Amino acid sequence: MDFFILMLGFPLVSGLLLTVFGERAWAPNLNIVASLGTFLASALLTVEIVAYGPRFAFGEMFFIDSLNVFFVSLTAFVGLTTSIFSSPYMKNEQEHGRLSIPRLRLYKSMFQLFMFTMLSALTTNNLGVLWVAMEAATLTTVLLVSLYRTPASLEAAWKYFILCGVGIAQALFGTILLYFAAERVLGETGNALLWTHLVEVKGQLEPTIMALSFIFLLVGYGTKVGLAPLHNWLPDAHAEGPTPVSAVLSGLLLNVALYAILRCKVLADGAIPGGFAGNLMMGFGLFTLVTAAFFLSRQKDIKRMFAYSSIEHMGIVTFAFGMGGAVANFAGLLHMTMHSLTKSAIFFAVGHATQKTGTQLMEDIRGLIKINPVIGWGLMLGTLAILGMPPFGVFASEFMILTHAMKYHPWATPILLTALGVAFAAIFGKVQPMVFGETHAKPLPHAPAITPVFVHLSIVLMIGLYIPPYLTRWFHEAARMLG
Amino acid sequence: MNIIGLLAQLFAIALALFLAPLLTGWVNQCRAWLQSRTAPPLLQPYYMLHKLFNKDVVLAHGASSLFRFAPFIVFGCMVLACAIVPTLSTDLPFAPAADTIALVGVFGLARIFIALAAMDVGTSFGSLGGRREMLIGFLAEPALLMVIFTTALISQSTSVATIVETLAQREFAIYPSLAFAGVAFTFVSFAENARVPVDNPATHLELTMIHEAMILEYSGRHLALLEWAASLKLYAYSCLGLALFFPWGIPNGDSFPALLAAIPLLVFKLAIGGSLLAIIETVNAKMRIFRAPEYLGTAFLLAVLGLLVRLLLETRV
Amino acid sequence: MSAVPFSAQIINLFASVILLLAFAMLGQRRVMPLINLFAYQGLVLAMSTAVVAFTTHQHHLYWSAGLTLLLKALLLPWILHRLVRRLNVKWDVESLIAIPTTMLVGVGLVIVAFNVALPISQLSNTITRGTLGIALATVMLAFLMMITRTKAIPQVVGFLAMENGLFLAATSATYGMPMVVELGIALDVLVGAIILGVFFFQIREQFDSLDIRNMEKLKDS
Repeated sequence: MDFFILMLGFPLVSGLLLTVFGERAWAPNLNIVASLGTFLASALLTVEIVAYGPRFAFGEMFFIDSLNVFFVSLTAFVGLTTSIFSSPYMKNEQEHGRLSIPRLRLYKSMFQLFMFTMLSALTTNNLGVLWVAMEAATLTTVLLVSLYRTPASLEAAWKYFILCGVGIAQALFGTILLYFAAERVLGETGNALLWTHLVEVKGQLEPTIMALSFIFLLVGYGTKVGLAPLHNWLPDAHAEGPTPVSAVLSGLLLNVALYAILRCKVLADGAIPGGFAGNLMMGFGLFTLVTAAFFLSRQKDIKRMFAYSSIEHMGIVTFAFGMGGAVANFAGLLHMTMHSLTKSAIFFAVGHATQKTGTQLMEDIRGLIKINPVIGWGLMLGTLAILGMPPFGVFASEFMILTHAMKYHPWATPILLTALGVAFAAIFGKVQPMVFGETHAKPLPHAPAITPVFVHLSIVLMIGLYIPPYLTRWFHEAARMLG
Repeated sequence: MNIIGLLAQLFAIALALFLAPLLTGWVNQCRAWLQSRTAPPLLQPYYMLHKLFNKDVVLAHGASSLFRFAPFIVFGCMVLACAIVPTLSTDLPFAPAADTIALVGVFGLARIFIALAAMDVGTSFGSLGGRREMLIGFLAEPALLMVIFTTALISQSTSVATIVETLAQREFAIYPSLAFAGVAFTFVSFAENARVPVDNPATHLELTMIHEAMILEYSGRHLALLEWAASLKLYAYSCLGLALFFPWGIPNGDSFPALLAAIPLLVFKLAIGGSLLAIIETVNAKMRIFRAPEYLGTAFLLAVLGLLVRLLLETRV
Repeated sequence: MSAVPFSAQIINLFASVILLLAFAMLGQRRVMPLINLFAYQGLVLAMSTAVVAFTTHQHHLYWSAGLTLLLKALLLPWILHRLVRRLNVKWDVESLIAIPTTMLVGVGLVIVAFNVALPISQLSNTITRGTLGIALATVMLAFLMMITRTKAIPQVVGFLAMENGLFLAATSATYGMPMVVELGIALDVLVGAIILGVFFFQIREQFDSLDIRNMEKLKDS
């Protein structure tokens, strides 16, 4: 049995099934089972790829190598934990009267279809199809962001749609230019957008066109990554959408968009001498990091604040990949993984916390440790992890990025350190009173799913202390592919 | 300069003087038909000119000499304009002087004098008309210049004669830039000649009028000259439009047979143009005066687009 | 000048008309004519693609042209018309934007676009290379329209017009993208338009109007 087909098939089929049967009592379980299936298939696929090397699927339509299989397994894993988390969470939302049953159906089917679009974006070999899948990922999530139908959530979804639409249009223009450059080398065959063909001839691509194309692609997909100054949609969409959606947007969609940029960067680096693409990414990354760090301290809404934290981390990762080289790429991949796991864990904890206290305003959330010690500690540990405290994995990756920056780009070090310091002060200062403090909240009707929070955090902790050699080899292989 | 050329030039001027009121009459007639009215005779403008020339001039008390000279200057400018726009031939003695920018300048000179004269007497209508005329002119002239630059880019010269020669003798090709310029030119011509979307030539006492407001104080031969000048302006614009956008059939020699052969074609083109003008005037309503800037802005925009399209699409081939 | 083949002249003419329509859309205040202008743009785009297909014998371009005609000239305008009637926003008129200023900015954008596209189109050897600048200009004008409009439907028309520009870019630089990509793009646009349609009703339900200025609550304090 082909694990690849299974991996794409589970979310697609279950998404369609849930569209029809999403109101049945067993629908949440189907959601979890499908996510589990996707995860198992992707895990087995990973084993296969790491053991036997890259492979194609459906002719040359899909291409899986150690770089994207890494993203695939991460996506499938976070998808699985999110579906486990969302089952009681959404039931609670329903009890609170914030969501009706048809909307829950919409949520479940769109969630699976969203997983499908992201997995196809990750595995496709065709850069045009990559664009199509990215746009489809926006379309599936836009209705999820407005799931509550409150004025604020509609506004957030509208902003999300319009800004990402504009961004993705730039990316399409970049793709067209890329195809144009490729066609001059590869001829008028259908292969001119296939990444495996492009990467073989990357040295012959016209530098002028590639430079322009990369700018458009970076700005376009960068909008989805949340790179400043095009990040405006991100805090709104995260704050107003249901928490599981925030978790997958932050933990996965941003990664997938960044993955698209990485694939294009490999081509741009081959075509343009002088590290043009890398410098551009470093600039954008630093600017994003600084912008997000300074916006962090001004937030009142807890989900908004962690959304800005996601922007900040995307800035760091973009900067790391911009520096390039084996170490920085390794650190970038590691940081992406750590961020995805930690951030989705935080959003799970935040989701329960807001559900318990009935508000997202940080000044009204107090004493989580008394309402539910598990959630309180979960949020606290998650926050410490995302702030880069040792011994969590984020510390390891941030440390690698910082030392690499000091060695090769010393001018950037003070900026990085200042931004990280500001972010630390802002987040820690706000989370501390939320966890420890006085409160009078009532318990929830459905017991929250706490397991995902701690599963994520323990993986992050483990990687901070000890990275298994298997994982190291795999990351090195992926980092090597990025040049 | 040979004597034949001079005669040909004089002939062209005489033809302009003769055809201009006829064109106005034709447009009025077409308009009347389209509006289901009984049409005035085709020669009505001549009757009016004849009547006005035979009448005495009544001057306002405060009128200065400027008021009296202005009609002659305006008329002179229009005759000059008609002389340098190639109607029958591109190789006339005035052709070297026929620079498009100078042509716009000649129109501008006439405008300044007519506006000054309108303000001279000090009536409220006159100064109102004068100010509006300057507003329109201030917006229309850049657009007109842009149109001319587009055509000048095609022929690499600002001389009207050269432009027309280049355009008339090229092989057939579609110029999107010329289409833009043509539409912009139509917009400008309507504004410059006080036609319907901007001004209403049929009315005499209306608060929104422009041209009629300026010449309200004139009478007798002065008024006749101004009316004739207005006809000449319409004629000059029509001929310029025809020369720039439909230049086929204008010979570049100055022999009389060629000139004579060109007349029927010119009359035919003018007749078509005049009826089109009447149709456009009939189907459109006059707009508020404050919309005029937007209207002329559109014309300017179109002309600039024409210029840009010209630079993008048609240069490097 | 005579080196320009006749079909290229036709294509250039069509491209200029598309640019002109983009400007007309930028200057249009009322909703219904705006949608009609968008439909005309789709029509001209389809015709121009068909001419390119005919001249270059690229058969897949016929499919693209047909798809464009169906989707952009007929289906989407029809959906939008229906939406406008159902939502009863026919008389939604933009009041606060200075159209002439927008137009001037638009001319500036066109100049920028032409300059950006110039080096690229010089490298191209397609019959349509000249129109790449126009395509980029159309994209930018649609972009401008999206950011200057305050009503939801004009914003969406801007979004769709941007797609028109991108399609033109694809045709002019490379004779269109591979078919699978083009189908995917068309599907995305269609689904996007439908989702937006759903969205309009949700927005109206919440705000009693389709004025985006109602939606300025979410800000960073």
